[in-house]
Order: sequence, then C-alpha cells, then structure tokens
Amino acid sequence: MVLSIVLSGLAIGCIYALIGIAYNVMYSASRVFSFTAGTLGMAGGILGALFILKMGLPVWLGFLLALAGGALLGVVTEILAVRPVLKSLDQHLYVLSTLALALIVQQFAAIEWGTDAQPFPRIFNIERNSFDQQFWLPMLACVVTIVGLEVLYRRTLLGHAFRAIAEDNYAARALGLPERNLRMASYAIAGVIGALAGFAGGQMMLAFFDNATQLTFYGFVPVALGGMGNNRGAVVAGLVLGLFQQAANFLVGGVFASVAVFAAFILVLLARPEGLAGVALGRRV
Amino acid sequence: MDMSTTEVRPARTSLLSSPALSTVLPWVVLAAIAATLPLYAGGYWGVIATRACVYWVLVAGLNLLVGFAGQLAIGWVALLTVGAYVTSVLAAGNVLPALHPYLALAIAGVAGAVFGVIVGLPALRLRTFYFAITTLGFATIVRQIVLAWASVTGGGVGVPGPVFPAPFDSQWGFYYLCLIFAAVCTWMTANIAGSRFGRALTALRDAEVAAEASGIAKSRLLMVVFLFSGATAAIAGGLFASLQSYITPDAFTTELSVLFFIGVLIGGRGSIIGPLLGTILLTVLPEFAAPLVAWSTFLYAVLLLVIVLAIPGGIAELIDFKNRRPLQSNRAIVPRPDLLKRLLTQDTEPGRLTLEQVALSFGGVRAIDGLDLTINPGQVHGLIGPNGSGKTTTLNVISGYYMPQGGVAKLNGVVITELAHHARAQMRIARTFQTPRIVGEASVLENVMIGGTIDGRGTFVESLLSLPRHRADEKMLHETAMLALSAVGLEQLAGVRADRLQHSELRFIEIARALMLRPAFLLLDEPAAGLSAEEIRRLGALVVAISQAGTGVLLVEHHADLIFDICHHVTVLNLGKMLAAGTPAEIRSHREVVNAYLGG
Repeated sequence: MVLSIVLSGLAIGCIYALIGIAYNVMYSASRVFSFTAGTLGMAGGILGALFILKMGLPVWLGFLLALAGGALLGVVTEILAVRPVLKSLDQHLYVLSTLALALIVQQFAAIEWGTDAQPFPRIFNIERNSFDQQFWLPMLACVVTIVGLEVLYRRTLLGHAFRAIAEDNYAARALGLPERNLRMASYAIAGVIGALAGFAGGQMMLAFFDNATQLTFYGFVPVALGGMGNNRGAVVAGLVLGLFQQAANFLVGGVFASVAVFAAFILVLLARPEGLAGVALGRRV
Repeated sequence: MDMSTTEVRPARTSLLSSPALSTVLPWVVLAAIAATLPLYAGGYWGVIATRACVYWVLVAGLNLLVGFAGQLAIGWVALLTVGAYVTSVLAAGNVLPALHPYLALAIAGVAGAVFGVIVGLPALRLRTFYFAITTLGFATIVRQIVLAWASVTGGGVGVPGPVFPAPFDSQWGFYYLCLIFAAVCTWMTANIAGSRFGRALTALRDAEVAAEASGIAKSRLLMVVFLFSGATAAIAGGLFASLQSYITPDAFTTELSVLFFIGVLIGGRGSIIGPLLGTILLTVLPEFAAPLVAWSTFLYAVLLLVIVLAIPGGIAELIDFKNRRPLQSNRAIVPRPDLLKRLLTQDTEPGRLTLEQVALSFGGVRAIDGLDLTINPGQVHGLIGPNGSGKTTTLNVISGYYMPQGGVAKLNGVVITELAHHARAQMRIARTFQTPRIVGEASVLENVMIGGTIDGRGTFVESLLSLPRHRADEKMLHETAMLALSAVGLEQLAGVRADRLQHSELRFIEIARALMLRPAFLLLDEPAAGLSAEEIRRLGALVVAISQAGTGVLLVEHHADLIFDICHHVTVLNLGKMLAAGTPAEIRSHREVVNAYLGG
C-alpha cells in the first residue's frame, strides 16, 4: 500500500514537474506565464489516444505525432497569444490572451473529443506488476527531459543563446541573436515537454479534456514554490506535491486532499511570494 | 490663444454634474427596455433577461475588482456557488429550521463578503498570474467541497433553490426582483466609480507607485472591494439558485466563471456601461442560434482574444465618442503661479525635512553612503550629480520606497523612515516620478483628483450610497483639482483622456496631482526631462512660486541652468556621498564639482 502511494505520488509529481518545466521554458523566453501549459498536457493525452487507439497508428508514430502536436500548439501560443502583447508587458494582457487561447483549445477538445475521460493505450505490451509502466513512464519522461534540457542549455550553442535571452533580453538582441525565432523555438520545446507529460501520464490521467484545468493549476504549484524559471526547484516541488497529494488522498480522502494541497500552496506563497527557492523582486521606482 | 487670461471654470459646468447626452442615452434606453420587457417579450425571453440581471448583480461587483482594480479574479464563480448554497440550504432548512428566503439571502451576502476577503487575501502579496491561478483554485475547491458535503448540500443530487414570496413568485415578478437588485448594483458601483475610491482603484491598477505616494493604502482599499464584490456575488448566487429552482454542483462550472470575467473585459476596463452591455451580450448571444450553445464558451474565448489583441478598451472604448475629437495640436502649457496661494494653504508650520547619516547599499554597491541633507520650508533645494550618484535613491528613501540600512529621515523632528510609504502622504510629503506615472484611461482631471484622495472625509459605504459627505468630498476634490490644473496651466485639457497627452503635459499633470496634497515638501524627480526650453522656463517659475507659497522643494535635475536659476541651496552627490553643498554661486565655482560633473 505504502509502495503504491509512493509510486503513484512520484509519477503524478513527475507529470506536475514536467508541466512546471513547460511553464518555465516559456517564461524564460518571454517573461510570460502562459495558461496554455496545462492545455499542452491535455493535448498530449488526447492526441496519443486519438492517434494510437482511434486511428490505429503504431505506438512510436502516435507518440511522435502527439509531440509534434504539442510543438505546434506551443508555436501557435507564441504567435497568437504572446508576441502581440509582449510590448505592453506591464499591462498583463498576456494573462488574458493566453487564458483565451487555452480556453479555445480546451473547448475545442471538449466538443470534438467529448467531455468523458477516455482510455489511453498501454505503450509497452508487458505484464502489469507493482512497478507498472503507468508509474515509470512519467518518471522516465521527467529524467529524459531534465537531462535533455541540461545538455541543451549547457552544451550546445543554441542552448547558450536560450540562456542569453533568458538572462538579459536586450543585451541578447544587441548581440544580434534572433530573439523572435529563439522565442518560437522555446515555445515549441515547451509544447513538446507538455505533450510528453500528457502522453507519459496518459495511463494515469486518461485522455480527458478537463486535465487542462487540473494541470494548469497543479503544474503551476511547482513553479510558484520552486521559484519561477528554476527547473530543479520545479522538479523537487513537483515530486513533493505529488507525494503529498497521494498521501493525503489515501489518508483523508479526495476532497480534503485537494483542500490540503491548496491550503499549503496558498500559505507557502503568502509567506514567500517569490517561492521557496526564488529571489525577491527588483526595484519599483 | 492666450490661456493665461482664461478664468478658472466653476464646478457647475463640469462633466460630472451636466453629463453629455451620449453618456445618458444608453442608460435611458436600457432602463426603458428592461422596465417594459413583459409587454412584448415572451416567457422564454423573460428567463434570459432574468438570467442577465442575476449575472449582472455578480459582474457589477466583479467589475470593481477586475475592471477598476485590475485584479484578475478568474474564479469568481466560487462566490456564486457559496451564495447559492447558503441561500438554498438555509431556506430549505437542511441544517437549521427553515429561514425566510430574504433572511437567507442576507446571510448569504454576509457569508459572501467574508469569503470574498478570503479569496482576495492572496492578492495583497501575489502578482497577477499567481493571483489568477489561486482564484481558479478556490473555484475548484469550493465545487469539490459542495460535492462531498452531501449531508448539507445534497452532494451530486443537489438542493431546491429558494422561492421568494409574492409578488416575486411569478416568472415576471421574479424578473422584476432581479431587475431591482441589478439596478441597485449598477447605481452603487457607478457611485463608487465616480468617487475617490474608484479613482484610487484605477490608480492602483495602472500607477501603483503613484497611488501609494498619494497616500492610498492598497491593502485596506482592496479588502473593502473584496468584501463588496463577495457580497454581491453571493446575493447573485441566491437569486441564481431561485432562477434555476434546483441546483447541483454541475451548474457552477469554470465556463460560467469565464463568462463573468470575459463580460467585464469585453465591456472595457474602468467602465460601468461597457461590462453591463458585455454581460447582456454574452447572456443573449447563444440564444440566437441553438447550435451555438455547445460552442458558447469557445466563442467567448475567441471574443476575449480578439478584444485583447484588437480593442483592449472593449465596448466602452467603442462608444466613447467624446475622446475621438482631435485635440488642438499647437497647445501650450501656461501655468498661473498666482493661483498657488489659494491652493497651498498650510495648516501648521511644517518644520524641516532632514536626512541624518543615511546609508543604503544594493548588494555591494553603496548607493547612498552617509548622507546628511536638510530641506527648509519655502526653499528650493537642488540635488545634482552624475548618473548613479544616488539622487533618485535619496528621493526614494524620503518617500519610503527604500528603507535605509543606516541613519534616519525626520520631518519636524519626527522620524519618518519607519512609516509605510502611503503614510508619508499624511505627513504632506508629495512627489513626482522620473517616468510620469499616470492612469492613461482616466481623464486629466481624474488623474489630478487622485492626488487629493486622503483629504476625503466620507467612507466607502457613504460613497456607495452617494450620501452627503461623499458629494461634499467630490465637490471639494473637483474644485481643488480644477484649481491645481489651472495653476499648472492644463485646465483646458481637464476632460481629456490622459493617454492622449504629450509627454511634457504629463509632467505638469504629475505636479498638479502632487499639489493636491497641499504638500509641506514636494520632491520633484527630473521634472524638466523632455521639456522644451520655454517649458523649462515656465516650470522654473512654477517651482519658485510653489516654494514661495511655503512648500519646501527637493529638485533632482540634470539641467544645470534650471538648478542654478531657481535653487536656494544645492547639494552635489557623487558615488552616494556629498561632494559639495552651498549656494548656486558657490557650487558653480567649486573646482571638484566642475571637474566631476559640470565640466569646464
């Protein structure tokens, strides 16, 4: 029993962490939090079920197409909801534009895919056991993503360019970096990560339109607690959140688990608005 | 045209007391349609209209939060849920003996007010996106609790909604009840919108730092608005439950929350009629075509995206004909310093403003390093120095945006360094900013009136109900603001939206706003930046007149000519330390100052 709580907690935590990383990747490139982060996770689940179960494509092809769908959604977010409002960042219009786009995508999914949670295919045709693929797939996805991002950011020229943009946008542009293309690429990467989270977690969360709302909230908790733009903080906070949620679920039941998670989230934020691992705000005047 | 001969316009001809036809007409038309609806509309439209009224009761309150205060509360359906269940459960007698529906509704209003504050608390600490997410979280949590607490709420099965007694038990009767609530909410929120509280909210939204410098206490004001918005939303919930006649948790979806939120934004920020039309539009829109119902939230979202990208001002901007008229292009700012004597009446002798050994570092950089400074009333004190020498930092210490790590600032011997920044306005310390902090969507006059917020006597409730003290406050603020605008030479532009003005005019608006405080000390942060030579000359004359009226002025400037022309005393900073201090003549010939800053 304890084992299954820990396993499912870690698995869910990895999904939240991945959505948190998607938030962070978009934030680093544009200083914008996007409400579409959870929608990417929803898309990963629904597209995976659509391609593999409904259309009968091979698993590997369905997987790649689902990730491509996430990337496309990321790019569309950048073009439609982020780029037009970047010049007036202080008016916070991005909150509204990304919320609108997230709703558009989610409602489209609700109408075209249906409002019921639908099954997600098993990826590997192997026996179920206590350490089932539905648990280790999200963990694997999380590890691959972290290692991949680390290699990308630290070892490649493109990654250095991403970090330059995140560090100091004006200086990066003054150096002649193609800021707009890099931003689009970042959003595409965020799209892939979000869709990967939804795909890897599909067997746990199913192909369900309302996952968008759930993931938008629970995926933001690691960002808020781990400090914005801080991927390591997001992973730690995501895992803690997943474990806490599953344990509370088992010990006190679903509703009180939600209330407990939410109360903890609010209290931590009120005590430290910049997150447990974040830095305080800069000057105002 | 020579504006200096223009008389100060009396308050009688103001926009407030004789509104243009175009602002009244939509209200008259709406009221006429609403009141006569049963004469020509079928029962089905009655239900739609009732629903629009119920939604508006909620949106009217939410509008103060979202449209005026700029708090992105996207999960406000949580309050509707609380109100609906409190009213229904109390009226049905699930837990206590059944209460009268009106009493149940009133209790729901109180519960909503309390819960509104709980949902709103994070807004005091968290920034926009964070707060938006927490309200969304609240909406989810409330729904889950309602679903799980079956012994009281009926869980997934639900509870019957309250039935209000005759004459409001028939369909049209209930419509009129909701219409009365909607009309009262419209009236109350319009009163707030036109009060110092409404202006303070928009100031917090668009120019938070300037709002605080004007003495507006953000947390207190926001809490009051959360109370009010929570109460109206919960009352809307009670009416909603009655309209539905039976409620289950499924009725309180995120989509509904989004409808309320989008209604405000489609209508336009800082407007009452805009969000009202937006709410009606969103309620009625799906009814025109049955196939659209499933797509309604999708369409709302598309509408929101289009509005945000194409017309951020919403419906209110589309129907704002007054601000489409072109402004005179070759207008000049001609201050009338003679009016300052009437404006700047000092109650008491203010004493001196002193800094003693003030020190402040950012990381390893010593921004100010043991600075002593004395500003006398009735004098202009210049503060000059190279970029990064600590001029603006000094100003920020005095107005409270930075807490010094060493030393104190005193006014008349009283230590002010410990005070919250909005408390400095009470000490009659006013300031302007390097980059003008203006509410672009408000009129010039309203921007200036913001400066006098702390001199109002009436409470929020008095403004809500337009009681005599509220009206007296408004009259006083309006007259003083017109006087201040005339003094700086901008009274011709009083009714114009501030974002249509030129940069130099914004600088003078900031001075007028600061004068509203009747400042004992006025801190000017590079007021001449971006002004023409002629405007700088007029600014200089204005500043001299302000000091002659008894106000001590601290002037941070790079225009050396202006400093030497008008200052009584000049302090030169370099690397956070005082390099020299003295009369303009002494400074001009100071060898180190000439080498380090002025150039030879």
